[in-house]
Amino acid sequence: MSEAPQLPRAARAFVSFVALLRANGFAIAPEQTTAFLQAIELLGPRGPDDIRQAGLATLAPPPERRAAYDMLFRIHFLGGEEVPGAEGEDEEVVRLQEEGRGDDEPPLADDANESGEMAVRAEALAERRFGPSRPSDALRRLAREAPTRLPRRRGHRRMRARRGPWADLRRTLRESVRNDGEVMRLGRLKRRPRPRKMLLLIDVSGSMKARSEDNLRLAHTLVQATPNVEVFTFGTRLTRLTRALRLKRREQALAAAAHLVSDWDGGTRIGDALQAFLAVPRFGGYARGAAVVVLSDGLERGDLSALRDAVAKLSQRAWRLSWLTPLAVGSGFVPQTEALIAIRRFVDDMVDGGSIAAAVAHVLSLRQRRAA
Amino acid sequence: MAVRGTIGGIDSPEALEKALRGAYYLADDGIATAAYLALALGKPLLLEGAPGVGKTEAAKAIAAILGRRLIRLQCYEGIDASAALYEWNYPRQMLAIRQAGDETIDIYGETFLIERPMLAALRAPDSTVLLIDEIDRSDQEFEAFLLEFLSDFQISIPERGTIRAAERPVVVLTSNRTRDLHEALRRRCVYHWIDYPTAEREARIIMIRASSVAEATARAVVAAVGKLRREPLSKAPGVAEAVDWAEAATLLNKGGARWPDAFKRSIGVALKDEEDLAFIAGRLDALIAEAAA
Repeated sequence: MSEAPQLPRAARAFVSFVALLRANGFAIAPEQTTAFLQAIELLGPRGPDDIRQAGLATLAPPPERRAAYDMLFRIHFLGGEEVPGAEGEDEEVVRLQEEGRGDDEPPLADDANESGEMAVRAEALAERRFGPSRPSDALRRLAREAPTRLPRRRGHRRMRARRGPWADLRRTLRESVRNDGEVMRLGRLKRRPRPRKMLLLIDVSGSMKARSEDNLRLAHTLVQATPNVEVFTFGTRLTRLTRALRLKRREQALAAAAHLVSDWDGGTRIGDALQAFLAVPRFGGYARGAAVVVLSDGLERGDLSALRDAVAKLSQRAWRLSWLTPLAVGSGFVPQTEALIAIRRFVDDMVDGGSIAAAVAHVLSLRQRRAA
Repeated sequence: MAVRGTIGGIDSPEALEKALRGAYYLADDGIATAAYLALALGKPLLLEGAPGVGKTEAAKAIAAILGRRLIRLQCYEGIDASAALYEWNYPRQMLAIRQAGDETIDIYGETFLIERPMLAALRAPDSTVLLIDEIDRSDQEFEAFLLEFLSDFQISIPERGTIRAAERPVVVLTSNRTRDLHEALRRRCVYHWIDYPTAEREARIIMIRASSVAEATARAVVAAVGKLRREPLSKAPGVAEAVDWAEAATLLNKGGARWPDAFKRSIGVALKDEEDLAFIAGRLDALIAEAAA
């Protein structure tokens, strides 16, 4: 038998609740467990609600997983009989409304979690598995060159410079102390450049089936290479993949992403998807001042005016909006489909997205040439 | 870590809720519990929520009931230690060196130190509340810098040594969640997600904040605002906007405007985005009529 001090009997239920939360994908640190126990003691506890509140405050489940937290709480402390979903990641999914909706009615945009069991049968949900990835020269090039060649903007932090608009008083004083207070040279400061935000919107509908795996690889490489990248997929739903793609190993990250996205190879309503994206303030903010790259063939099955409005809005917020479509081969591409013609005047570039190499070349050139 | 149990005579979430009500802040169970735990455990309180749900107001009310001075640090992109913690008064140091002549002087003395909010709170932990507002606007470097401050409540100034707080200061952080905060920061805090209040509570907030508003007006505004929040707007009206709307409509009504019309004419204080206004314009009449019924 070990000599370690035993946990008091009364505390065991609480510690095992933390273990249950961890097993369901909540990240909880030991110091939070300590705070949880202290909080329960402070509150009495006078009833189960005190325990629930103490957990909410100290274990800090993210708001989009509140429902999962409450369910686990009921199961653990109140003997509820629901079956917890197998969701390990906190998914951030916005489901678009079904086809039967009115013409000018906006798409439903609830930020809430959809564990997605019942209501989504009609969407032809599928899970994709990706094979082991082939090494790709283009992706290696992207990883290597991203830090120096991706778009930047002027940040608000300052750095030393030979010339610049501000005097570096700190450095000037330090140097002058060495010379008995004589200022020999005035240091200068300038604004430090920062990587610009990027937003990748990836079409995973049936018509893009052949491209979606490569596009996800591209997204993963980009997320790994630079901060400030957000990745979403859209088809019949809108799914935020950024967190899944932060996993370092590509196979692991792609598997996590494949698990999150449940609308592989279905239909597309690009306009509705983009509208839904813009309608969630937290998501819409990711586009502001960002280099936005849409990977889609623009085969729209929904309403063209919704698509046009959404792309116009997106273009207003973005620093530069690129539409990469496999249909655009060669430099003098003239769009033929109705949807692409409708949105042409709002996008800065409409270029070839038919291969990883072409997409990488465009992403790396974003900083150099501004489109007309 | 010392557990305080009571602070300023407040020994339970209910006592805190009552005290906050005295400071014109209506707290629900969740926020009262989280705030009480933060005070009692001596941990910072992290409040997240949509803009306009009353995060900053909560911090102000907490400072008011504790009878402490509120020190506010507004975050922005590029905020750094010299804006948050301390800065040396370089021109003054320079002058002092020049004037000293042959004597030696200490240019890192107290007179040359400019105190910024975090240092001020650290030096007077028993009489201040530090509000670090909109932490999501700062960059990740600043967030990392905060981590050290929030776990030990001490800072080191290379020229003067380490300054440690005599007791754990009361710190409130707020975030609009425009980006995900680092897990380590959330871990160190007591966390509360502020949701929009229930219709009942929101009507009471409006009446407590704007005494001229009649109960029927408050309820109509709450119903209308509730409907607006379900629309895909780029900026949904917060609690502050609801209060303003009720007040503005009441004012117009006293000036002679008829009821549903007074709501419609003052919609500008609730919806401040032109695109949102255009989006809702066609259905505004029906929406207001339904809410006022």
